[in-house]
Amino acid sequence: MSGPVFDYVRPGDLNEALASGAQAGSAYLAGGTDLLPLWKVRAAAPARVVDISRLPLADVEAGETLRLGALARLSDVAASPDVRSRWPLVAEAIAASASGQVRNMATVGGALLQRTRCGYFRNDAFPCNKRAPGSGCGARDGENRGHAIFGASDACVATHPSDLAVALAALDAEVELVRHGGSRRVSAAGLHRLPGDTPHIDTALAPGELISAVEIPDGRGACAAYLKVRDRASFEFAVVSVAAVLRLQEGRIAHLRLVAGGVAPRPWRLAAAEASLMGQPPGPAAFEAAAALAVEGARPLAHNGFKVELLRCAVRRALETVGGAA
Amino acid sequence: MSHTGRPQLSLTVNGEARSLASPPTASLLDVLRDELRLTGVKKGCGLGACGACTVLADGRRIKACLALAQSYDGCAITTIEGLESDGTLHPLQEAFIRHDALQCGYCTPGQILSAVALLEEGVDSRDAIREGLAGNLCRCGAQPNIVAAVAEAAGL
Repeated sequence: MSGPVFDYVRPGDLNEALASGAQAGSAYLAGGTDLLPLWKVRAAAPARVVDISRLPLADVEAGETLRLGALARLSDVAASPDVRSRWPLVAEAIAASASGQVRNMATVGGALLQRTRCGYFRNDAFPCNKRAPGSGCGARDGENRGHAIFGASDACVATHPSDLAVALAALDAEVELVRHGGSRRVSAAGLHRLPGDTPHIDTALAPGELISAVEIPDGRGACAAYLKVRDRASFEFAVVSVAAVLRLQEGRIAHLRLVAGGVAPRPWRLAAAEASLMGQPPGPAAFEAAAALAVEGARPLAHNGFKVELLRCAVRRALETVGGAA
Repeated sequence: MSHTGRPQLSLTVNGEARSLASPPTASLLDVLRDELRLTGVKKGCGLGACGACTVLADGRRIKACLALAQSYDGCAITTIEGLESDGTLHPLQEAFIRHDALQCGYCTPGQILSAVALLEEGVDSRDAIREGLAGNLCRCGAQPNIVAAVAEAAGL
């Protein structure tokens, strides 16, 4: 292939993997569908690739909650009858992601940890604070049609590309993290961080830490939908996406999550729109008002102003889908 | 297990056990083409976008350019060279010929292997074939004939 040389290790168990991963210069390899392209374009230069793909963290366990092993392949998750019947939003978001071949390779953990598709990040002829801290942001005053309208900073205006991350945030999922000597949980909505002055740090993970599983609460009684708007009908990242989860009680909205993708450095919770609908009966006027609130505070760049209107319409349509069918 | 030089790599390729020394940075695509001379596996973009390098790994379609070869140690790989049996073409190969489902032919091995796996995964409509083959680009514009060939093989 084409990037700088690295060592390869395939640890026999999780402890061995965490010990290797804790060494400076290590990068974990699961499906490889993001790491290898990044390495080829020199946006990643690991000294050591720690292949965790065969560790026993690939189970899909449906009980009261749904537990997805971090190494479960996306195609296996989406094909699980339990996932399709009880957590269809997960299957829907995966079906809207990548291609059949990539879904056979890519893992749950890797989908959450994939890095931005920003063209400046993935081309080392341009400056990028995420790839080379301090070099500047090519996108802020460059070609930024695909970039963020929320949560960006002077240093970085990239968006996060994962469909699954958006769905998991809307389902109140938790992400289990392990490192040498301990484990902890963070909310799926809190896994990714805003760029601020340190856009090279994408997530809450500490060096050497890895995702071991994702746990999703029981979603019975709620209606959910993933609406993905993109430049072509398949095998394309979202320009804008919306995950909506809604539960009615006695004709009024008792639970609502609205999370947008393609518009921010992380899955973007539309909290004001959610709050405006709580306790209300579903209906076109209420949905329209919530959609207007969803785009309040948007800060578009030179080429992505259309995303504001696109997001407003996508929120309304997603609400009609879950509110009409509930 | 830790490796820097050219560690051993064992694969079953088209039913035959192969063992070779391969650098840790080699992709499965590099190994199949450059070491094992299976040039039916094509390199297009090298970044997972075009699908020309599609092969089957333990029966599942993957993009060989995104696969680190060492990570597939011990796996069974099928390339286009392994689809025929005893001189008889695979039904999808026959269907591609019958429907003239190619022009330059560069994407064809990947299209056919992707379609072989897609039929295993199950498709029930031409739309499902189009969606299912979205990871295989054809720049000649043979897609309508490709869909027709796959639909015939799927009995649609």
